[in-house]
Amino acid sequence: MPLLEVKDLKTSFYTRDGVVRAVDGVSFSLDKGETLGIVGESGSGKSVTCYSLMRLIPEPPGRIDGGTAMFDGRDLLTMGQRELRKIRGKRISMIFQDPMTSLNPYLRISTQLTEALRLHYDIDKKAAVNKAIAALEEVGIPEAAKRVHNYPHEFSGGMRQRVMIAMALITEPDLLIADEPTTALDVTVQAQIMDIIKKRQEDLGTAVILITHDLGVVAGTCDKVNVMYGGRMMESGTAEQVFYNAQHPYTRSLQKTIPSLQTKGEQLYTIPGLPPDVSKPIHGCAFYPRCPYPKTGLPEGNRPDLVELNDGHCYADCRFCDSSAPIESVLSTDVPEETEAAGAAE
Amino acid sequence: MTDHSETAVLASEPAPPPAHSASEIAEEELVQGSSLWKDAWSRLKKNKLAVASLVIFLLIVVACVVGPWIVPYDGQEQDLFLGATAPSAEHWFGTDTLGRDLLVRTLEGGRISLMVGLVATVVSLAIGVIYGATAGYLGGKVDSTMMRFVDLLYALPFTIFVILLMVAFGRSMWLMFVAIGCVEWLSMARIVRAGVMGLKKQEFVEAAVSLGYSHQRIILRHLIPNVLGPVIVIATLTVPAVMLLEAFLSFLGLGVQPPNASWGVLINEGQQNMEIFPWLLMFPAFFFALTLFCLNFLGDGLRDALDPKSAKD
Amino acid sequence: MLKFIGKRFLQGILVLLGIYAVTFFLVAATPGSPFSSERAISPEILAQIEAFYGYDKPASERFITSLGNILHGDFGPSAVYANRTVTEIIAESFPVSLKLGSISLGVALLLGIPAGVLAAVKKNTWLDYVPMSAAMAGICLPTFVMGPLLALVFGLIFAVLPVAGWFGPEFVILPAATLGLYYAAYFARLTRGGMLEMLNQDWVRTARAKGVPERTIVWKHCLKGGLIPAITFLGPALAGIISGSFVVETIFQVPGLGQWFVKGALNRDDFLILGLTVLFAALIVLMNLLVDIAQVALNPRLKYD
Repeated sequence: MPLLEVKDLKTSFYTRDGVVRAVDGVSFSLDKGETLGIVGESGSGKSVTCYSLMRLIPEPPGRIDGGTAMFDGRDLLTMGQRELRKIRGKRISMIFQDPMTSLNPYLRISTQLTEALRLHYDIDKKAAVNKAIAALEEVGIPEAAKRVHNYPHEFSGGMRQRVMIAMALITEPDLLIADEPTTALDVTVQAQIMDIIKKRQEDLGTAVILITHDLGVVAGTCDKVNVMYGGRMMESGTAEQVFYNAQHPYTRSLQKTIPSLQTKGEQLYTIPGLPPDVSKPIHGCAFYPRCPYPKTGLPEGNRPDLVELNDGHCYADCRFCDSSAPIESVLSTDVPEETEAAGAAE
Repeated sequence: MTDHSETAVLASEPAPPPAHSASEIAEEELVQGSSLWKDAWSRLKKNKLAVASLVIFLLIVVACVVGPWIVPYDGQEQDLFLGATAPSAEHWFGTDTLGRDLLVRTLEGGRISLMVGLVATVVSLAIGVIYGATAGYLGGKVDSTMMRFVDLLYALPFTIFVILLMVAFGRSMWLMFVAIGCVEWLSMARIVRAGVMGLKKQEFVEAAVSLGYSHQRIILRHLIPNVLGPVIVIATLTVPAVMLLEAFLSFLGLGVQPPNASWGVLINEGQQNMEIFPWLLMFPAFFFALTLFCLNFLGDGLRDALDPKSAKD
Repeated sequence: MLKFIGKRFLQGILVLLGIYAVTFFLVAATPGSPFSSERAISPEILAQIEAFYGYDKPASERFITSLGNILHGDFGPSAVYANRTVTEIIAESFPVSLKLGSISLGVALLLGIPAGVLAAVKKNTWLDYVPMSAAMAGICLPTFVMGPLLALVFGLIFAVLPVAGWFGPEFVILPAATLGLYYAAYFARLTRGGMLEMLNQDWVRTARAKGVPERTIVWKHCLKGGLIPAITFLGPALAGIISGSFVVETIFQVPGLGQWFVKGALNRDDFLILGLTVLFAALIVLMNLLVDIAQVALNPRLKYD
């Protein structure tokens, strides 16, 4: 039995301007110790997917419309608040995108670090603080014994994200959800943070869901990859399958945007156009308007089903374009002018 | 409060081509601004409480302005034989202890109270906008000194000062209008300064600076039109505040002097006789409270309409 | 910390000095003297009286003298109540006003802050709408409307509470309610706003993700920051309660400082006005000092400097 099995998750926001289907039928599974990367542009629904699992969607306007998320045999989406609170912070922890706003400025680091420990375990204050100091040392904060009593504003952004990691892992959870943990940080700090997460994962055997728009990070750290677009799954499989044998035009386009994979001296590739407006119904393929491949028909009907290529490698079988050719041959013809006029991918 | 709506509009529009001159860019701002006003108006229309407040307030204003000519009594005309009578077919609101028709007195009192609201708000608007815009625009040391001064004034017992002014310079109505306006400009200055600070950094102002326009021109032509939204909100909320201060002074006998009457004077007269003639208190108090109610709801509604971010709360 | 308090204290003294100077010269610039209205007395006697009270000397000299006197606790004689000194009046009435004021402020805080917290936590339910509508109504019913109405309802129609005088605990209820309810409305609105801002912060999501129960989120994570707007308003609230006491003490005939101030203002009793203004200003300056300290204590991002 996998640690976490998500099936057909649907989350919508019911706003005055209409229903926003932020997550529309997402499925995946994750075993102990595995790392799953969820990749997509802003607004692709990757963060909402994870907030839904933790039931952190603000309700209203948000609502989980359907699906199941079996964690250790119990459905996270339907369990009572009390039961859920026993899992949050103890068995599933979360790291958020912006370390500057995710720590409470009115409380000492020690209070915030020990909070989950004291809540979920029978441990006295002193022992908890000692554990907190050890946790800070493990994420590489110097003079941890002294700094543990400081307030968040006395730490830099990178240091705060280390604190967040220490806070998330202090209860030794089974699953860690990291929502773009490095986006708000300097490039030099990004790699350090990823290393810390990886090392702690190895030490504790934690399963990790890593949400990111950075394919490079995914390639380096993940066992499995989910590619999301417009609230839907476009492609999923092992990192190898998705990277070396990408099937969906969107996955291929994304790969093309990684700077290090591009020829030196060439203009950086950006996917033309903007992410879809998920408050309006999407016919057929969500990526159709931006798809660089030659179109073979108008998008209509339901979205394409996920088809399995081999051994767990699935992709949305787009029927509206001819994606048989490699992407380089498609792009070399007409893209350069278009990229200049249209917005960037991220 | 900041200029979220404004920046949101800016962000969603494509950047103007660089060939435009500063004034053209500024014009474009104003065009975009008009859609902001349209949006705000449609949001305000959805807020039933605010619309109802606006309608009732306008009715009260019309009644106070036109009413005294229609009602067939004179507010000063005494009828000592009649004395105080309860509301009746001839005197809808009854009469006061001197036999004066309370309906006409309430409407005339409303005229004075509303006039205070208008005049004192204009005074506070002028002081606050000029002070705030100057501080925000010049920034740096000048700004911090000017705003420290405002902070200091905020913490002072201003009502006492207005009372002292009234004691020192006699109880002239116009002096009171100005005195009240002079103490109610602090919030206005703060809001304008915050708005100007935010806008100053935007490109069209930088463009105007680089073209060598004078400070005065930049403040008047570019900055003030853009902080108008928050200013309208604060002005709407200043009107009830100054009316309250006037009524407070008049209630104590330090404001409007008999035979002139504002709502504060009428409420004072009413409360002196409320055991025997409760209507003398009820009618002016009702209209005064209703007016304050409408203006406060209207101000809140305008705030929500002009600043969609805060509307979510 | 001590340095901060000392600095703010000195600043407060300077502000007080400024207020006193402005008040003094404002009163001094007023045409005539407090005694000129009494027409029955002859010019010679008037001159004698004025000399007795020091009015024959230039204003600047009187300013220095009176400042020195005030530092010794001597606020001068009352010009209207001939055989009483301002110090006596203050000593007699201050306890009354202090009692009324502190009970009113207590009512405002104990009613307003819990109502605001509750409304924010139960946002968009009747527990939000009902208290917030009441608060809006409260703000639109100023003390001089609320006071007579309460007196009418509880004192005359139901006849359960006394409406005038100051002879026992039951006499405190209506004046304190009149003053307190008005500021309770303000505190409720400010607290609701502050709490809502806190509850919308990212760190609340972090706390939820840690499994922290909602109640702990409200009390431990949000209350400190959520109270800051209400705390900041304490200074203006005290100033408001003082000026509100002018009205309330007049309506309910409470023998406190407020009533004396109104009498002084109406009769041009210079020394009384000056003395009371200084006293009120000192109270407000002191409250602002406390607020400054409390703000830094509540918000770790601020520093004492």
